[in-house]
Amino acid sequence: MPLVRIPTPLRALTKGTAEVQAKGGSVAAVVDDLERQFPGLRERLVDEGGELRRFINIYVNEEDIRFLDGKKTVLKESDQVSIVPAIAGGA
Amino acid sequence: MLSVQYNSGLNSPTDGDALMEKLRGLKCRECGRGYPSAPVHVCEFCFGPLEVDYHYEALKGVVTRQSIAAGPPSMWRYKDLLPVDGDVAVGHHVGFTPLIRARNLADELGCREIWIKNDSVCHPTWSFKDRVVSVAVTKAREFGFDTVACASTGNLANSVAAHAAEAQMKSYIFIPADLEQGKILATLVYNPTLVAVEGTYDEVNRLCSEIADKYRWAFVNVNFRPYYSEGSKSYGFEIVEQLGWRAPDHIVVPCAGGSLITKIWKAIKEFEMLGLVEGPVRTHMHAAQAEGCGPIVTMIKNDTDVLKPVRPKTIAKSLAIGNPADGFYAYRTTKDSGGFGAHATDEEIIEGMLLLARTEGIFTETAGGVTVAATKTLIEAGVIPRDQSIVVCITGNGLKTPDALYDRLETHVKIRPTLSAFDRALTVLKSQGEPRPL
Repeated sequence: MPLVRIPTPLRALTKGTAEVQAKGGSVAAVVDDLERQFPGLRERLVDEGGELRRFINIYVNEEDIRFLDGKKTVLKESDQVSIVPAIAGGA
Repeated sequence: MLSVQYNSGLNSPTDGDALMEKLRGLKCRECGRGYPSAPVHVCEFCFGPLEVDYHYEALKGVVTRQSIAAGPPSMWRYKDLLPVDGDVAVGHHVGFTPLIRARNLADELGCREIWIKNDSVCHPTWSFKDRVVSVAVTKAREFGFDTVACASTGNLANSVAAHAAEAQMKSYIFIPADLEQGKILATLVYNPTLVAVEGTYDEVNRLCSEIADKYRWAFVNVNFRPYYSEGSKSYGFEIVEQLGWRAPDHIVVPCAGGSLITKIWKAIKEFEMLGLVEGPVRTHMHAAQAEGCGPIVTMIKNDTDVLKPVRPKTIAKSLAIGNPADGFYAYRTTKDSGGFGAHATDEEIIEGMLLLARTEGIFTETAGGVTVAATKTLIEAGVIPRDQSIVVCITGNGLKTPDALYDRLETHVKIRPTLSAFDRALTVLKSQGEPRPL
């Protein structure tokens, strides 16, 4: 199962756990499974229209999913998924 | 241009009782949820960015032109509008950089009024980053941290390392490994722990977000971002004050993460709210980015609020952020103010650096070349009318990025130390038509 890294703001929902296993062959399916395991997590990640919230970046291994196939990005069992808040720098 | 009288009370707010209440805490910019003042930057509910929530009613009538003019000749003359509760810990001399009437550049571009806001001479590390870092390190002290850190494209690295040295705090600086040598040297000299990451700035940024989750450090542009970013407002306050409490018609701002343009705009709106600006504000905020890394300007040109990240490929490394966190807000700022944006190719960036140098005697880094080039493009396209006032934001120093120009500048004349040798050389130079255009 893909390993999912949970950022601090969401750990209240995962009982403080920083890394969890989630089932699913795509990013969207993993989000569904996270909701099943930790009710309330989906609405933190996805807006009312079903789109990922603007200030969340999701990476599969080292790659931003916007450079892959977005929510439909296919996952392998060994993949690592990171949920990272957007941060700033530069001018 | 201003005759400034200032008091010695760097650490004394204008009116202690009234300003005790100036900060309410933090507020989510997206959903409005409130948070107590703490080293956090993300809304736990919607992941929106947190920003400082001021009690503006407490500031009205207390922050005046007179109270500001009586402050020190630094960014701390605006301390009442910055998120510092106690004493200023570091960077007492940051800011209040020159605003220069650029008559030669205006003649060259066929314009009536161009000003250069010149942070290439900002103390102590020659970029506008000193403004944000002095606030962030002061807050790190307030919150009891002993270590500061940052992800940086260079200028921030210089500034965090320098201010950490002044504060006698430990510092961890994370940079892309391919950064310009000048910026690496100007960081190492302050003796930080410098970590060169084999990746783009966006990868460094993402790594730092995860490190900030694990270690209790004051990451100036991660968990201290709400405070840090407010320091940029001082750049906007200074423009208005130095123009005689007037907001210009146009401001052209370099964009990387997209924060600076939003904070200059916020500064102008705060001054307007407090009744400090002469006449109505009609400022148009314009974004300048490199063509090889211009996702914000692309949003503006396509008129979409959806940011499409890019993989940077530009000589303007300080602007090489392909996934700008404040891209949405930078886009909104240009839209709300009636501004626009322009891309600059690598060639145009160099031309912009050379144009500013030969017309105004100011040597800016590649990011400044982007801004000058974008200004020229916006003027030539008719987006900025030639008879209106324009401020060009120059935010970094050219001595940090000399590599960009090595292939473009001609070799100097080399002679033996005799008058006859010089006479011969001068004859040759004149036959070539001196002064030689670059």
